[in-house]
Amino acid sequence: MKILVPIKRVVDANIKVRVAADNAGVDLNNVKMSMNPFCEIAVEEAVRLKEQGLATEIIAVTIGEEKSQEQLRTAMALGADRSIWIEQSGPVEPLAIAKLLQAVVKKEAPDLVILGKQSIDGDNNQVGQMLAALCDMPQGTFAFKLAIEDGRAIVSREVDGGEQVVSLALPAVVTTDLRLNEPRYAKLPDIMKAKKKPIEHIRPDALGVAVKSSLKTLSVSEPEGRSAGVLVSSARELVEKLRNEARVIP
Amino acid sequence: MTVLVIAEHNNLSLNPVTGSVIRAAGLIDAEIHVLVAGTGCESVAEAARQYEGVSKVLLADNAVYQHHLPETLAPLLLPISENYGAILSAASTSGKNLMPRIAALLDVGQISDIVAVHSPNTFVRPIYAGNALATVESSDPVKIITVRTSAFDEADKGEGWAAIETLDQVIHQDKSRFVSENLTTSERPELAGAAIVVSGGRGLGSAENFQLLEKLADKLGAAIGASRAAVDAGYVGNDLQVGQTGKIVAPDLYIAVGISGAIQHLAGMKDSKIIVAINTDADAPIFQVADYGLVADLFQVLPELEALL
Repeated sequence: MKILVPIKRVVDANIKVRVAADNAGVDLNNVKMSMNPFCEIAVEEAVRLKEQGLATEIIAVTIGEEKSQEQLRTAMALGADRSIWIEQSGPVEPLAIAKLLQAVVKKEAPDLVILGKQSIDGDNNQVGQMLAALCDMPQGTFAFKLAIEDGRAIVSREVDGGEQVVSLALPAVVTTDLRLNEPRYAKLPDIMKAKKKPIEHIRPDALGVAVKSSLKTLSVSEPEGRSAGVLVSSARELVEKLRNEARVIP
Repeated sequence: MTVLVIAEHNNLSLNPVTGSVIRAAGLIDAEIHVLVAGTGCESVAEAARQYEGVSKVLLADNAVYQHHLPETLAPLLLPISENYGAILSAASTSGKNLMPRIAALLDVGQISDIVAVHSPNTFVRPIYAGNALATVESSDPVKIITVRTSAFDEADKGEGWAAIETLDQVIHQDKSRFVSENLTTSERPELAGAAIVVSGGRGLGSAENFQLLEKLADKLGAAIGASRAAVDAGYVGNDLQVGQTGKIVAPDLYIAVGISGAIQHLAGMKDSKIIVAINTDADAPIFQVADYGLVADLFQVLPELEALL
């Protein structure tokens, strides 16, 4: 079984971004960049399937500027066998990403595509579902458990109010939620070995995909801030304030 | 052009978040249709027609729609989508699952998680865990939108004159099969729509200690929430998680107990009207957003609060 793992380079999860002074976006100068946390979970899940003998090859793919190859190296240090870098500068909308990935799916014919449910920059939560639609594949979104049985993927999904299990014919698309696994850290020898693993460099036009945009960002602003309120000294004072000042409890 | 709203329901009752989506839809166009797809869900269609602004309810009632699988619903929606200028759903797990699939089949983008409508093609949505708000303009012929329902009040109920029209199309597919589901049943209000939420974090220390919160929640008629740290530690199920990747809530009162206030958690609750923080660590970031802070041992404070209420 061949697994394709699309990943994304994003602002590190521990960084609180600031809106740029010109309100055109957020300030990304000298900000630490990392692999999107949900993508790390996707890579880890693929590696575990390979360790269980269920997967034979893991291919990481990313769409981005030159530096996004760093995240491909990380994916390969964690266990991906090879990578594809689709060179594209500037923001790419989810539908265009899905179309580029669809072209890679056609080329590589993976049995399973595992990717993060959302990236923590755009917070869109779209690419996996769109890719599944374009490839006419079934989708198992927000997975917290994944098993391969009799040529089908059994995906346990996090849904509002509880859990749902679906059975998907392969090839299928699975998007990861936080509880799926705890990603490992790359070991130094694996980081060294990853430097020798191949990265294939492709441009969107070579895949026959025109990267289009239909959503224009007019402005980006800071949300209305909350300021710290008052400290109370006891449970009694708190209840008194909530009753008589805030009037949120009877 | 008419707007279509996808109803959120469990085949028996309509989830009130649909009312919030209808409110948002009304800001795009005055003519609103609602799609109810499920099985044995006439009562849901009946509830949907009660909302003001809804002129038609489309009812697709068949066993194949029981579990709202996107592989089944997307092909059902595809042929009717050309009648609409926008299709909206709640940014719930089912809406997030379905809508991008429809968007891709229509070859249009999706506008996720909108919190405001500026015009029929201009919307506001949070990015970077709500640390920034983007105003975006869509040039797509059909706008596919998910709505952050905590940002819109439920639509008013009117006379309920909307016509119910049946969709007879039945979609068969075997690529995706429903196997099972395990939904939490609780006497408490649902987290997403509750007026009061009592949330616990790692400070609670154990699953047993969460019962202290439950007692307080019961006194207040509140829903229970949790930080990711509490979920990761196994104190409660993930369906209670409030935050960037969990539930987004905006109740009248949010009581954060033993929660430090990571940005991912704040993203899920900072639009609450009143925030209370109870934590032993006076430097915890949660105090920077709290209207009322109490630096104290929660194990001492919780029983006191319960006794006072």
